[in-house]
Amino acid sequence: MHKVLKGFALTAMAVAISGAVQAQETPKPGGEVIVTYQNDVATLDPAIGYDWQNWSMIKSLFDGLMDYEPGTTNLVPDLAERYEISDDGMTYTFHLREGVTFHNDREMTAADVKYSLERTINPQTQSPGAGFFSSIVGFDAVSSGDATTLSGVTTPDDYTVEITLSAPDATFLHLMALNFASVVPKEAVEEWGRDFGKHPVGTGAFKLDDWALGQRLTFVKNEDYYRDGIPYIDQIDFEIGQEPNVALLRLQRGEVDIAGDGIPPAQFLQSQQDPEFQKLMVIGDQLHTGYMTLSVTIPPLDNLKVRQAINMAINKERIVRVINGRAAPTNQPLPPAMPGYDSDYEGLSYDVEQARALLEEAGYGDGFETELYVMNTDPQPRIAQAIQQDLSQIGIQAEIKSLAQANVIAAGGEQSQAPMIWSGGMAWIADFPDPSNFWGPILGCEGAVPGGWNWAWYCNEELDARAEEANAMVEPDQREERARIWGEIFTTAMDDAPWVPIFNEKRFTVHSARMGGDDALYVDPVHVPVNYDYIWVK
Amino acid sequence: MAWYIAKRLFYAALILLGVSFITYLLLFLIPADPARQIAGRSATPEVVANIRHQLGLDLPFYEQYLRYLWQLLHGDLGRSYVQRSQVSDLMAARIGPTLQLMAAGIGLELLIGISLGLVAAIKRNSGLDRALMAFSFIGVSSPHFIAAMLALYFFAVKLGWFPLGGYGGIEHLMLPAITLGVLGSGWYSRMVRSSMIEVLHQDFIRTARAKGLTRVRVLLRHVLPNAIIPVIPMIGIDIGIFMSGLVVVESVFGWPGLGQLAWQAIQQVDIPIIVGVTTLSAVAIVLGNLVADLAVLLVDPRIDVKNS
Repeated sequence: MHKVLKGFALTAMAVAISGAVQAQETPKPGGEVIVTYQNDVATLDPAIGYDWQNWSMIKSLFDGLMDYEPGTTNLVPDLAERYEISDDGMTYTFHLREGVTFHNDREMTAADVKYSLERTINPQTQSPGAGFFSSIVGFDAVSSGDATTLSGVTTPDDYTVEITLSAPDATFLHLMALNFASVVPKEAVEEWGRDFGKHPVGTGAFKLDDWALGQRLTFVKNEDYYRDGIPYIDQIDFEIGQEPNVALLRLQRGEVDIAGDGIPPAQFLQSQQDPEFQKLMVIGDQLHTGYMTLSVTIPPLDNLKVRQAINMAINKERIVRVINGRAAPTNQPLPPAMPGYDSDYEGLSYDVEQARALLEEAGYGDGFETELYVMNTDPQPRIAQAIQQDLSQIGIQAEIKSLAQANVIAAGGEQSQAPMIWSGGMAWIADFPDPSNFWGPILGCEGAVPGGWNWAWYCNEELDARAEEANAMVEPDQREERARIWGEIFTTAMDDAPWVPIFNEKRFTVHSARMGGDDALYVDPVHVPVNYDYIWVK
Repeated sequence: MAWYIAKRLFYAALILLGVSFITYLLLFLIPADPARQIAGRSATPEVVANIRHQLGLDLPFYEQYLRYLWQLLHGDLGRSYVQRSQVSDLMAARIGPTLQLMAAGIGLELLIGISLGLVAAIKRNSGLDRALMAFSFIGVSSPHFIAAMLALYFFAVKLGWFPLGGYGGIEHLMLPAITLGVLGSGWYSRMVRSSMIEVLHQDFIRTARAKGLTRVRVLLRHVLPNAIIPVIPMIGIDIGIFMSGLVVVESVFGWPGLGQLAWQAIQQVDIPIIVGVTTLSAVAIVLGNLVADLAVLLVDPRIDVKNS
């Protein structure tokens, strides 16, 4: 528990320090900013958008009941002015701000909150986030298409929303801060239908002014935004289709303010050593763990000793060098920035001799042949090769299967297909800063189903039960205890070695010298990648 | 003539049907499940099944394919799995820039190719000839990605002659078009060179020179028009080769065309877009060849389709 407390204290200190830095400079309103990306922006529909490119764009256009303090993982009310939780933890009452208007000038009310949740869950919407809301009463009826209204969401008056859950859920407030719970106006959704994602209307700090398909999106400041003075910037132009290397060159020339895709791996070392460039680069943690799954059902990986041997055979330091130090090695599923991370946990450290001995004990002294699935874009295949070499040290011959992302995901979702998968490029980045988000889908029994994301097919019912208990601890004074239990769940799971946790990726954002605002805004843990609402131009 | 065109159109339709079938089949065989991709990682199996049903992916292959063809005949290319927009809207927004770059690129290919071929043929077997042919050989064998990056680095970054990629006026168009033009010109310069040499050896050229015409006039009035005929069907064939280069060059230069769209779609396994772009490319290639063949008929009255 002390470790956990220490973790909290450190985070708090880091936040305080960064807060102090911010205080030295006063944000200046005005200015236009150019941000570049390589890929098209898929959609700006908050019920559908689910990638690191549109995530914070959507957050800038829309609001939900809850949000986070800029640059941190601290939950704060957003469209809700305040909220109450019933004693049994089953009913949440949100009191909405009055006078908040959508970009179409209509006032946002409780009915919009209810409609937005129902829309996300409705199967016709095909939202990838529908499943998050399964704890709301009436979810199943809407999800199966039998009903279109959620019986668990009621609106006693225009500014009050009551949400009843089928089981206490300590993560529920985080869920209300997800993009999928953003409030949308019914009339605009009905007007545009499935093209709402190209014509978004929200209550957010920016509104979409123009979208030239495949070329440019223009966000302009929402003058009526309910927070006075926010956003600082008058206009953001997102230029699409820019090759990342080219975007960096343009940034160095001052033609671009933020290179959205960051630094391509091949250029990383060079950029990092360039003192001019260092001033423009912001480094941050992210809620990410890169891991290799070891299928607990495919022989010989079904043998615990074999899985432990694989864990000990892999030189994580070297893998981090392969990607030019863009990550820190790790030994457990939870990333350090997540509550519950155990900084004293030793795990299965690198020891080739011990690994060989374990393999011998398991009866595979001569090694065996197996397969390692990996996504086919750089640097993933190079990481897979490093793993392959490490495994060959203890006699395991791993054949690398390098495939497109969707195909690796499909292989992982079939029980007998992939003995080992390197998660790079598909790795779990938390949807919200709570350890439970690292469990259910990727290590819990619920994910160990065909088409699931638990590619190790690890299912420990006892740990699942404890996870459920932890999630029922909704009181604010139970938070530390809850984090401790979660930490234990993950380290206990590692006793069964379903994964080789390899590293926690860091995030790098490059911005032009004229951009102001706390560094934390450029590597915001929730408004990924950049919190556009609070950055400003010097 | 009308009969010839009708016959060619019929074959063209067959080819397109074949292309669409093969593309659709290949993408059907890919073990990626679009329904899961759309449903996201938090989806329950019921949600996935529901989406699969909505997309018609639970139908047998032939039914899916027939459904696709039926929609295609009605101008409906479906919706992108990733962007959820109409594929036709996404392609329509990009077709203009692609046509611009194609016109400029193929124009430059012809200009560079024919000029170099002409010079090489006149100075045949000289050092200049060998240098030009080596240049054309390097051009056609260069990987587009590297060449485009190098061009961007030297001409835009180091020399600052052109903007660093992007879409806009003629200054944005120049560098990608020149890159495509130089890389693709080799096919034409070699072809023009050999057909020039062939024509130069013919009797009527000697006659023309003998009756006192100047060397320049003979070359431009008598040799070139004859030597250029095989270039015309070559343009039709080149459209296909050109498009594969376009995919890469558009991505490097940030040119918002169909190639870039295809590149993204392939990386995201966005099947409706891949099928859409492939179908459109096939139409372009088939039409290009047809037009080139018809153009040859007009240019060269010696070709008789009735006996072919």
